[in-house]
Amino acid sequence: MKTKVRNIGKVTVLDLAGKITIGEGDVVLREEVNKLLESDRKNILLNLDKVTYMDSAGIGELVACYKRAAESGARLKLLNPSGRVSDLLSLTKLQQVFEIYKDEKEGLVSF
Amino acid sequence: MSPSNREIRIQIDSRLEFIDMIQQATEDVCRAALFGRETVFNISLAVREAVINAIRHGNRLASEKQVHVVFRLDRDKLAVTVRDEGEGFDFEQLRDPREPDNLFKPTGRGLFFIRSFVDRVAFSRVNGGGTEILMEKRIRRGRRGRTVRANQEASEGGGV
Repeated sequence: MKTKVRNIGKVTVLDLAGKITIGEGDVVLREEVNKLLESDRKNILLNLDKVTYMDSAGIGELVACYKRAAESGARLKLLNPSGRVSDLLSLTKLQQVFEIYKDEKEGLVSF
Repeated sequence: MSPSNREIRIQIDSRLEFIDMIQQATEDVCRAALFGRETVFNISLAVREAVINAIRHGNRLASEKQVHVVFRLDRDKLAVTVRDEGEGFDFEQLRDPREPDNLFKPTGRGLFFIRSFVDRVAFSRVNGGGTEILMEKRIRRGRRGRTVRANQEASEGGGV
């Protein structure tokens, strides 16, 4: 999985591209979010627009990142999950947990 | 592979890097069974999750232990079994990840996906050790023997 960090004002957008699956993308996601939390970034918008696939490990890592962010006094929100990913979030009722935005500007001003 | 009582067996070491290969094989078998795109996605994710379970919870990441995957395709259904060589895990105690107490837990969604995406799931202990999970997906055919993709996926809600 490829990642890119963009700091826009007080918000950090973490662009993710590729698969978030066991042993691959889930590890990268964990490391990237941990780096942001360690550098005291408090507002994180995970851009899932180019995430093509997730399994239960990927979904689980999203939840773990959300919890770690909350425990660090930070907020983590989701941007534009694609069809399959969105369906899995819905099936697992995680759409109730995450704040999810379809438009980046809306996501940015929500913090 | 023609859709009439065919069987494919794959055996892998318990290594996470082999999971994508099993998933690809699953997609190929599903396409041979003429399942539609959504159903291929769902079955392949179910099998992926079963293999992850076998590696992590069954064989506990011991790479020398094997995971055995068998695809059986007949006229009316695709059956996939995934068997590990571990000590067994308590599949009766599986929780619903959608329950409020479980929503924030990072684990516990794999078997939920399996149950959601196939028509029948059965677990069994294997003599000599290990756990086997059987997953079955019905193949709905029209009068001329063609798979009824549209009806099948409409009845599944069209997505996951």
